[in-house]
Amino acid sequence: MTAKKRKKFTKFDMGIYGAGVILLVIVGYPLILVMSNSLSSPQLVASGKVLLLPKGINLEGYRAVFEDNSIVLGYANTIFYTVCKTLLALAITLPAGYALTKSTLPGRNIFMAMFMFVMYFSGGLIPTFLQIQKYGLYNTRTAIVVMGAFSTYNCIICRSFFASMPKELEEAAEIDGCTPITTFVKIILPLSKALLGVMVLYVAVGQWNSYMDCLIYIKDDAKQSLQVVLRRILLIAQAAYVTAEEGGEYAAMMADREALLRYSAMVVSSVPLLVVYPFLQKYFDKGVMIGSVKG
Amino acid sequence: MKGNHLSAPQGARKQTATRIWKHREYYLMLLPAVLYVALFCYAPMYGLQIAFKNYKVSLGVSGSPWIGFRNFTDFFQSYYFVTLLKNTLVLSLYALIVGFPIPIIIALIINEMKGRFKKVTQTVLYAPHFISLVVLVSILNSMLSPSQGVVNTILEMLGRERIYFMADPKYFRHLYVWSGVWQGMGWGAIIYLAALSGVDPVLHEAADIDGATRLQKILHINIPTILPTIIIMLILRMGQVISVGYEKVYLMQNSMNVETAEVISTYVYKRGILNSNYSFSAAVGLFNNVVNVILVLFANWISKKVSKTSLF
Repeated sequence: MTAKKRKKFTKFDMGIYGAGVILLVIVGYPLILVMSNSLSSPQLVASGKVLLLPKGINLEGYRAVFEDNSIVLGYANTIFYTVCKTLLALAITLPAGYALTKSTLPGRNIFMAMFMFVMYFSGGLIPTFLQIQKYGLYNTRTAIVVMGAFSTYNCIICRSFFASMPKELEEAAEIDGCTPITTFVKIILPLSKALLGVMVLYVAVGQWNSYMDCLIYIKDDAKQSLQVVLRRILLIAQAAYVTAEEGGEYAAMMADREALLRYSAMVVSSVPLLVVYPFLQKYFDKGVMIGSVKG
Repeated sequence: MKGNHLSAPQGARKQTATRIWKHREYYLMLLPAVLYVALFCYAPMYGLQIAFKNYKVSLGVSGSPWIGFRNFTDFFQSYYFVTLLKNTLVLSLYALIVGFPIPIIIALIINEMKGRFKKVTQTVLYAPHFISLVVLVSILNSMLSPSQGVVNTILEMLGRERIYFMADPKYFRHLYVWSGVWQGMGWGAIIYLAALSGVDPVLHEAADIDGATRLQKILHINIPTILPTIIIMLILRMGQVISVGYEKVYLMQNSMNVETAEVISTYVYKRGILNSNYSFSAAVGLFNNVVNVILVLFANWISKKVSKTSLF
């Protein structure tokens, strides 16, 4: 690193950047294709004419998405679930992670063992499902918000992060008359933005994209998440397509409509995360480092 | 101290009590997490007993009659047991063998890049991680569609037959694994990139003086540095060998490919939740879970022997 000479572009570099370009194409192409399909005329998409860039620009698909009540409702539900789940997860996980950094805490190892055990062993799907039913949470929004709000893995990341903060902070706070809780809220949390970024990202992305939780625990359409609604539309689009093959003009028209909706619905559901994550990239690059420091 | 005149054990007890009282706010901070695991992790474990019972909704968990291991023997003796186990193991070993090394290779490649191109590559490679499985599977469906998919359009241009990939049991495993690689390789590389940033620059300088090539530096400096991380990740993955996530498999399943696409977890979901066959599915789930735990312990033990790196 010291003698920073301008090295010439070697064969090795060519290999590296060549591999980079290939990777970019492999990852980027399907994403661009979906985007192009969503902007193209459904007839051209259906006949397999769209290979890279949009053809016969057509924004009808997007209009159809925003006019579709189930999608709008699913969107609203997903936003609700994501926001509530994230807040709840932070409220449960952060304080627990902080408390576990106190080596003087009597019974700390018992709590640690209690959390670690559930990382490797669980009751499984069926007993959990029955338990949720027993609590009266089946088909409630609460079930979706609460289930998975705490994870041992996230808690350990928090613990490692807090453990790496200088002890002097807490000592100074204690002298100033702070109790552990006020220290945590007023001194520690404001200094933990990187950790908060990582936690929000992990929990929010997981909830936004989750599909099975609503499929299992929610019965009413009015409470269904975006992913479930999306899946339903995509299945109809496919089924409509199959029937169109043998089923005349009306079926073909339906198939076109569903195909129209299909790609724009995929784009609309994915865009929020795809737009936000590049801005959070510095946090999750850091976050993995936090997690890899075993405390 | 007031407690000086107390006998020793009493004094110790009092001391512990004082220490606990001093830490009361920390316990308060732990309370929500403890409540959560008690209500949503440990309570269902109590409910696991239905695996050994003939569970009737009307009788409840404790009231239903014990039947010993009958649910398990029913499962082991059923004709689909071998198929399920084979599908699950083949799928996840395939995913492990392909999916595990690729992020490491990608991290090593990205680590050699510089400047803007490096940043752009990273950002683009992370993107698929943020796409939901529902969308991923439907991208597969549309790209591989026999009538309008790009892949088949190209096959036809090359003068080949069109193939209905998603409905053919032959292709299920490849599609599952490679779409997983597509989605996870960039994200999976982050942890190795972080580990690579810990490579001591002095080692590289010394290697430069010795006239090492860049490939030699990767092989003899970078890879050994990240080896502990690789091993830890491998142990973690080993524990999941038998637990194929059911979400994606379920999304990719259709009536035509179930032959290879039915795994233990999707089976539990269908028999248990969709057909309300609670006891039996709980038993199958428990079997799955126990095998997982054994695999983690085994992987951990091996790694402790071989490399002195372990989880616990």
